[in-house]
Amino acid sequence: MHELSLLLALAEQVQAEAQRHGAIRVLAVELRIGSLAGVDADALAFAFPLAMAGTAAADARLHITWLPAIARCRRCGHRFGVAGGVGPCPRCHRHGADLLQGRDLHLHSLTLDP
Amino acid sequence: MCSDGDRRGGALKGGSGLRTLTLQRSLLAHNQTLAADLRRRFAALSLPVVNLLASPGAGKTALLEALARRCGGEGVAVIVGDLATDLDARRLRQAGLTAVALTTGQACHLDAAMVQRGLEHLDLGSLQLLVIENVGNLVCPAAFDLGEGRRLVLLSVTEGEDKPLKYPALFQSADLVAISKSDLAAAAGFDAALARQHLQQVAPQAAVVSVSARTGEGMAALAAALGLSADRGR
Repeated sequence: MHELSLLLALAEQVQAEAQRHGAIRVLAVELRIGSLAGVDADALAFAFPLAMAGTAAADARLHITWLPAIARCRRCGHRFGVAGGVGPCPRCHRHGADLLQGRDLHLHSLTLDP
Repeated sequence: MCSDGDRRGGALKGGSGLRTLTLQRSLLAHNQTLAADLRRRFAALSLPVVNLLASPGAGKTALLEALARRCGGEGVAVIVGDLATDLDARRLRQAGLTAVALTTGQACHLDAAMVQRGLEHLDLGSLQLLVIENVGNLVCPAAFDLGEGRRLVLLSVTEGEDKPLKYPALFQSADLVAISKSDLAAAAGFDAALARQHLQQVAPQAAVVSVSARTGEGMAALAAALGLSADRGR
């Protein structure tokens, strides 16, 4: 739901990096986003050109790598994939696992020209 | 020419005029920095700060009004976010609390920069408790650290027992969950045991209290959990 505000923050970071590295254009922006981060792929794709307008990344392609949610059981240490909420451990069936990955919202890389 | 490293965390590689700059930086980095500044500022004053989160209509403002009735509003300030209007801030002021309205316009959550602006209207040194009443929303506010010490999430009985399962991210971030509008539980067919079971599954770290702003049930426990004593004020 807050995709546009995330992308406006991204636009600032991208513009700053492009300037710092003397790039004229940013050709591609790669994000790594966890499956439980609460952002929607379609909303990101829709808002991306709006947020990047007027920056060096105005014509950049957006790549999103989705990271699966992974939890670790606090009792037995078993690591398991999570869909939706963190449920009981599939090995020891206890509740209480920590999410190791899944809420990530990261700017992974930029492709700069030159 | 491309350098192979970068002092500020970016790594460059490439050829033929194009370069790939690897950053691995959080999109929320700016907010996280501001939130850390706020947290240090609150800690220096030993000021407890609570981020109050719930869906629209769960009773966030009513709960704060009830706390003010019970404990008096002196020394308690609320920074309250709303998409439009300052109705909540006016209600809180009428209840005797100090209230600062943040009208977020289109934003579906508060961020640390908004809280920072809200603090300009408060004398933090005179406060015993600061509550940040977030925008009514079970999704977006979860991701935004406001520098708070604790998160209080409301689950009203009219929303249903399944909300912790449907919006796990927010409940997983809670330190305290208050099941609100408990006076309506029977009318709403709310299964309190099932709700607590769902909370135990999703948010085993959170303490759970059942409260009613209308009847006062559980308000003493909640006030105590927030560090407010019942005999303060009026």
